[in-house]
Amino acid sequence: MSMKETLTKGFFKENPVFILLLGLCPTLGVTTSAANGLGMGLATAFVLIMSNLVVSLIKSQIPDKVRIPAFIVIIASFVTIVDLVMNAYVPALHAQLGLFIPLIVVNCVVLGRAEAFASKNTVFSSMIDGLGMGLGFTFALTLLGAVREILGSSALFGFNIPIYPLDEGGSPITMIVFVLAPGAFIGLGYLISIMNKISKS
Amino acid sequence: MEILTIIILAVFVNNIVLAQFLGICPFIGVSKKIDTAIGMSGAVLFVMTLATIVTYIIRYYVLEPFGLEFLQTISFILVIAALVQMVEIILKKVSPTLFQALGIFLPLITTNCAVLGVAILTINGNYSLIGGVVYAIANAIGFGLALIIFAGIREHLDLMEVPKGMRGVPISFIVAGILALAFMGFAGIV
Repeated sequence: MSMKETLTKGFFKENPVFILLLGLCPTLGVTTSAANGLGMGLATAFVLIMSNLVVSLIKSQIPDKVRIPAFIVIIASFVTIVDLVMNAYVPALHAQLGLFIPLIVVNCVVLGRAEAFASKNTVFSSMIDGLGMGLGFTFALTLLGAVREILGSSALFGFNIPIYPLDEGGSPITMIVFVLAPGAFIGLGYLISIMNKISKS
Repeated sequence: MEILTIIILAVFVNNIVLAQFLGICPFIGVSKKIDTAIGMSGAVLFVMTLATIVTYIIRYYVLEPFGLEFLQTISFILVIAALVQMVEIILKKVSPTLFQALGIFLPLITTNCAVLGVAILTINGNYSLIGGVVYAIANAIGFGLALIIFAGIREHLDLMEVPKGMRGVPISFIVAGILALAFMGFAGIV
């Protein structure tokens, strides 16, 4: 597999969210706005790149029988770093994402890439794989966040998108359900269907 | 009274799957048949309750006295992984029938974010040990309720005429969305 393919497969062909259906909890939980989706995606991407790097560096030292617990400890260390750094520098985003930051540990995408790719490949290609998958995950979360934010609060990254008629008070009449829990499921359902169509053609 | 409030809030109002988005992977993955959904719910009930008790003790009697709260994520996930392995071994020896029923679901539970999620939520919510156990059991029941209802709907969905592009996973998500919409009706009862 060429480097370019390793990097780009995460976007459409093997997109972790739309095609592989991994990491769905944060995908549904934090995407009330595009900015939240982007923040969560980048946090996961960082953990993915760093854990892939470390796993591929020490893969020959880890006995085969305890490799899964070893991977989990490596991932959990980087998640703790992300948690503390975000709490210090972007406290508002950290409060919004809340529980889903420590839950990056159990995100199947991260453990899946460590087991399926980083434990068998060189350091450099593992990092590229982590970057590609991380950006694919970020792309999926930002896309779902953007759809929900446009339909549910008539905005994108906080900027007003006037697609709805205004009521007497001058505020837009939005489909509020899209920023609530059901909108996450319905939005993702339609996006998966569209992505299936795109990746097949 | 307080305990009843915790139960109603966790099972219906803040349903762990449909309102808090934890445990989505098994919710989509093992909800094709009602039998497997019941087995999975039983396994989650068992592990979630045990995990909450153990992580509660770790947090308040080990991490806090030594000022090691930042190790919470690492220690909790290790404890849960070890616990699942241990439960598997003990069940195999003590109750082979129960192991037959729950066995295949146990390894899946380590990566079920609902278990770690509830352990952390119990700490964040400042529950007492009893309150935490009740909270964990109520959440597991809420998980089972959502999973079994969803499995029932999916069994019928197989017989339906669904547009080609929406077949399989996409229509399941739309159905889950409508189910979440129904559960929103419980908001405000407590």
